[in-house]
Amino acid sequence: MAVQQDEKKPGLWARLNDNDIAYSFFHSPIAMAAAFVTALIVLSSFGAPLIAPFDPFDPAQISLWDGKKPPAWEVGGDPAYLLGTDNQGRDMLSTILYGGRISLLVGFAAVFLGMFLGVALGVISGYVGGWFETVIMRLADIQLTIPGILTAILINGILRSVLPPDLRDEMAIYVVILAIGLSDWPQFARVARGATLVEAKKEYIQAARVIGLRPALVMARHIVPNVMRPVLVLATIGLALAIISEATLSFLGQGVPPTTPSLGTLIRVGNEYLFSGLWWITFFPAIALVVLVLAVNLLGDWLRDTLNPKLR
Amino acid sequence: MITYIARRMLQALVVMAAVSFISFSLFNYVGDPVDNMVGQEATLEDRQRIREVLGLEDPFFVQYARFMQNALQGEFGLSYRTKRSVTEMIAERIPATLELVFVSALIALGLGIPLGVFTGINRTSWISKAVLTVSLVGVSLPTFIIGISLIYIFAVNMGVLPSSGRAGTVELGGWKTSLLTVDGWRSILLPALTLSLFQVTMILRLVRAEMLEIMRTDFIKFARARGLPENRINYNHALKNTLVPVITIIGLNIGGLIAFSLITETVFQWPGTGLMFIQAVDFVDVPIMAAYLCFVALIFVTINLVVDILYFVIDPRLRAEGGH
Repeated sequence: MAVQQDEKKPGLWARLNDNDIAYSFFHSPIAMAAAFVTALIVLSSFGAPLIAPFDPFDPAQISLWDGKKPPAWEVGGDPAYLLGTDNQGRDMLSTILYGGRISLLVGFAAVFLGMFLGVALGVISGYVGGWFETVIMRLADIQLTIPGILTAILINGILRSVLPPDLRDEMAIYVVILAIGLSDWPQFARVARGATLVEAKKEYIQAARVIGLRPALVMARHIVPNVMRPVLVLATIGLALAIISEATLSFLGQGVPPTTPSLGTLIRVGNEYLFSGLWWITFFPAIALVVLVLAVNLLGDWLRDTLNPKLR
Repeated sequence: MITYIARRMLQALVVMAAVSFISFSLFNYVGDPVDNMVGQEATLEDRQRIREVLGLEDPFFVQYARFMQNALQGEFGLSYRTKRSVTEMIAERIPATLELVFVSALIALGLGIPLGVFTGINRTSWISKAVLTVSLVGVSLPTFIIGISLIYIFAVNMGVLPSSGRAGTVELGGWKTSLLTVDGWRSILLPALTLSLFQVTMILRLVRAEMLEIMRTDFIKFARARGLPENRINYNHALKNTLVPVITIIGLNIGGLIAFSLITETVFQWPGTGLMFIQAVDFVDVPIMAAYLCFVALIFVTINLVVDILYFVIDPRLRAEGGH
């Protein structure tokens, strides 16, 4: 995220060259390519209403007659639908753009939730200590022994069944965000606590304490900004994982409903037509998902290597 | 030693108590069990009588104690949907899940260790580089995408393997196995491969890293100086020493295999416990969900307990300090 800001700062080449993160970025072709692809997908998904050729949610623009059309370059393809149409006659390219937007939204929201919870609990644990630290860190340890995706599926399943059936589709997005966020807080908590323990010993924190700042203020204003470096690295890698988790949940039919499809939902719907040879309904959303996840992962790896050379 | 193990066991018990409490709460917050037992025409008095007979009017903790007592005996009641004993249904499906996990682990070891050794020894060969690049992509691919890709290639395009289900099972003393017939192997191959790919990548990278590490140690240099044949150094000296961490990681990863088997089972409609849970969520079949939660928690708690005790046995430092 910081990367894109650096990129857009006009001119000031010398200042960028001085900055070690920017320097490493402009000397790593993989990082630049990954950032470019990520930015492209993020911008085109969020700009979907502007650039998508069709609005897949507008019934007036959908006609069943146009359904199941292959991509434009295949026999029987229609140049109006570059990547073909799905079973309901929706333009694949447009549904993928809109779907990518939902996948990204859920991913960002889930990571933000996990990060918020984890950093809050981790910083308090590290700063206050005592029984609070013991309970929270034991809890984190225990949860870390279970793969995140399993935790997310189980929490999601429980929350879904608690909801009354008619609300289940409507609330699905929030349920998924909550489930994924609750499944990935322990890593953030661990990292934040570790960094807090280091920061809390430093002189500026002691100074802040001596002038009588309340603990809550010391933590929020002085410790949190200084533990964010490793946390942001984790958040980037966590974003890729959250997008995968969301897609998996939706593919299992436990996530975002087909009325507002995410990439995972599109793959699930398309999967039913795989056997009739309509490969493009699954293939293009799947490629979009894989490219997005790969780009975010590579970006996260680069960020980790740059900010934390010890981990290399 | 005893305090260390006792502390771990206590922790395991606390986890199980917490999970069983969540499972029990599900019964209270999801649906009304009476609705699932009586028809539309039941009167309010009938319902009240059933509630009393079932003990639903008892205080919360009395009900929880009863639930725990039954759960400890492996009794989770009847499924809302099939009206069959949940314990029986899970027991029926455990062989399918375990066989899937077992075959995946075999594939992971059979591919991961040789590839890891090869890329560790021939570090600069282009084959090694290709293998490592492919494995990097493999880590980024979501399990279900690997699954549908394999279905598309082998079932739709080539038509050589079945795309879903578990065929050719043979009853063997109450254990339905699909490992004795050709049909059974054909149906388990794709799901097991899907489930194993992530593990293959991980074992490959681990074995490679360990091999590189060990190749730098003095005893390997000494073996070279003695003029031992290259193959004997690689396989007899080096490989043997990489296996301890590999075995630990594999033990830890059985949990991961079980987690991802839930996804694989759904993709391939493989009739295991994971698919049962996903279906139970769709039908809000609370007894099955509750039982599955306890089942998964029990598996993970057991694996962790065993690994902790193994660490204790392997690592003398833990023994000296009395454990942390």
